[in-house]
Amino acid sequence: MNWLTNYVRPKIQALVRPREVPDNLWHKCPGCGHMIFHRDLEKALNVCQHCGHHMRLGVKKRLEMLFDDGRYTRIELPKSSDDPLKFKDQKRYTDRLKDTRAKTGEHDAIVVAHGRMGGLGVVVAAFNFEFQGGSMGVAVGEGIVAAAELAVLQDAPLLIIPASGGARMQEGILSLMQMARTTVAVDKVKEKRLPYVVLLTDPTTGGVSASFAMLGDIQVAEPGAVIGFAGARVIENTIREKLPEGFQKAEYLLEKGMVDMVVPRKDLRTTLIRIFGLLRNKAPAGDLLLLPVDGAASPEDAVRM
Amino acid sequence: MHILEFEKPIAELEGKIEELRHLADGGDVNIADEVGRLQAKVDKLMRATYGKLTPWQKTQVARHPDRPHALDYIGALFEDFTPLAGDRCFGEDKAIIGGLGRFRGHSVMVLGQEKGRDTESRLKHNFGMAKPEGYRKARRLMEMADHFQVPVITLVDTAGAYPGVDAEERGQAEAIARSIETCLDVRVPLVSVVIGEGGSGGAIALAAANSILMLEHSIYSVISPEGCASILWRSGENAQDAAEALKLTAQDLLKLGIIDEVVPEPLGGAHRNPDLTMRTLATAIDGALTAMGGVEGGVLRARRREKFLDMGRAGLG
Ligand SMILES: [Zn+2]
Repeated sequence: MNWLTNYVRPKIQALVRPREVPDNLWHKCPGCGHMIFHRDLEKALNVCQHCGHHMRLGVKKRLEMLFDDGRYTRIELPKSSDDPLKFKDQKRYTDRLKDTRAKTGEHDAIVVAHGRMGGLGVVVAAFNFEFQGGSMGVAVGEGIVAAAELAVLQDAPLLIIPASGGARMQEGILSLMQMARTTVAVDKVKEKRLPYVVLLTDPTTGGVSASFAMLGDIQVAEPGAVIGFAGARVIENTIREKLPEGFQKAEYLLEKGMVDMVVPRKDLRTTLIRIFGLLRNKAPAGDLLLLPVDGAASPEDAVRM
Repeated sequence: MHILEFEKPIAELEGKIEELRHLADGGDVNIADEVGRLQAKVDKLMRATYGKLTPWQKTQVARHPDRPHALDYIGALFEDFTPLAGDRCFGEDKAIIGGLGRFRGHSVMVLGQEKGRDTESRLKHNFGMAKPEGYRKARRLMEMADHFQVPVITLVDTAGAYPGVDAEERGQAEAIARSIETCLDVRVPLVSVVIGEGGSGGAIALAAANSILMLEHSIYSVISPEGCASILWRSGENAQDAAEALKLTAQDLLKLGIIDEVVPEPLGGAHRNPDLTMRTLATAIDGALTAMGGVEGGVLRARRREKFLDMGRAGLG
């Protein structure tokens, strides 16, 4: 080792290295690699302005974006048993929960809120992917049941927004049972002929996709969202082949007939308001009423067609 | 017969007995005594081993290649069994066998997940891993049962729903979700029996039932111990630890209030005496159906739904 490496190089490096940028100011788009300034990204609801890639959106921003004037009321969820199996892997599940709760400031992976969308009362249950990958255990099941019951009580549509890798393994069989439990819950909304709409966001897989999340009257998906039952790695290990391009992406599901529409984030609110209005045969407030009809010279023509 | 690792000491003794019997052709009294002594030892060892199987050992027994499968139970338990094929959308999936039959004189709809026994039949039944068409057939047959007011009996034995490109593109998630929804909707008695392996969503798709029975050495879990270990321990070698933690045995699930009854197996597991297993299970299914006899369909449906709506509510688990 010579003197140059020991003394001079670190100093030179310190001189030439650019001033450290706090890494939360710039985000690299996973779609195109562009660096995007955090304020621009926030303004665009975490959608890349260069390539349209939809990055995950936090649950609070998501709710703000959907409700009229960004205003909504969260409901407190009934407490459920935290660790039904007394589960321990390399770490105790109760400790993992404690850590995630401290980190996220949330009790579990679901937020239930109600408010107005286009003037119409709507109940929303939105998953928080930050909380243990949005995995579904008893508390998440509790949230879906509470949301469904609230929708029935308020005679309001139910919107569920999954963002979940599937079942919460540490709750074992009880997490599996939430698949049946949430299915009964959303059926209560359907039995009342209230609209049940699912907005599939990235990712929606496993036990979540194979229960309430695929049972909406109308299935809306965000562009590029991964939606499916089995994880891509599991499939690759089973068939030992490369997966087709775009496999399990929202657009692929649309093509295969598994969702009704893929809607860019900026158009979600108006689309959902329109859907609720149509299903309930109610006109939404204000300017959302008039929609261009393709190829029709006038509304009368559209009616005649 | 396939010998499991923990059964080796038993198999060794049984081998010795076999040898001695061979020698004893001449009617040697001393050898006959020795055989009797060894047999007593085998029985004792078997009772000791099978009396306290670990969750991981139970997993091995539940997957034992000689364990009776759905088709064996269907053959033994139901008369006039008439298989019904196809989902009317895409195809026929032999991972789930379905059809009408007669159980103790009464018509029933039977659905059973069949793993297959040799290479050929395993391929035919896709190792018991159903694709969307399997779940859609199940749904069709449950609706038919509802229409004709006959009880549904499901036999659960699957490592899980098939993870493949074709299954995904035809909507595996949706097919499972609809199957669960239909289980919860029919206005007839629904009895599910986990006869081997109850693997995750692929299992509950047929098991959201009024009455859930499990054979003594069967397992039922949200994920396989191997899968769980590879994710939470980052090594498949911790499958034993995962099996313990998941509480996947029939005994644990009864304690948790998830299932209704544990059906005893013959000493040494169902595969050592299939006939006895069939008879015991028939009695258990009969009991479950009798308990629902005369209960109005709407009430059965409501009870089933309330039960699952309460799964995990405070007090349970
Ligand atoms: Zn981009």
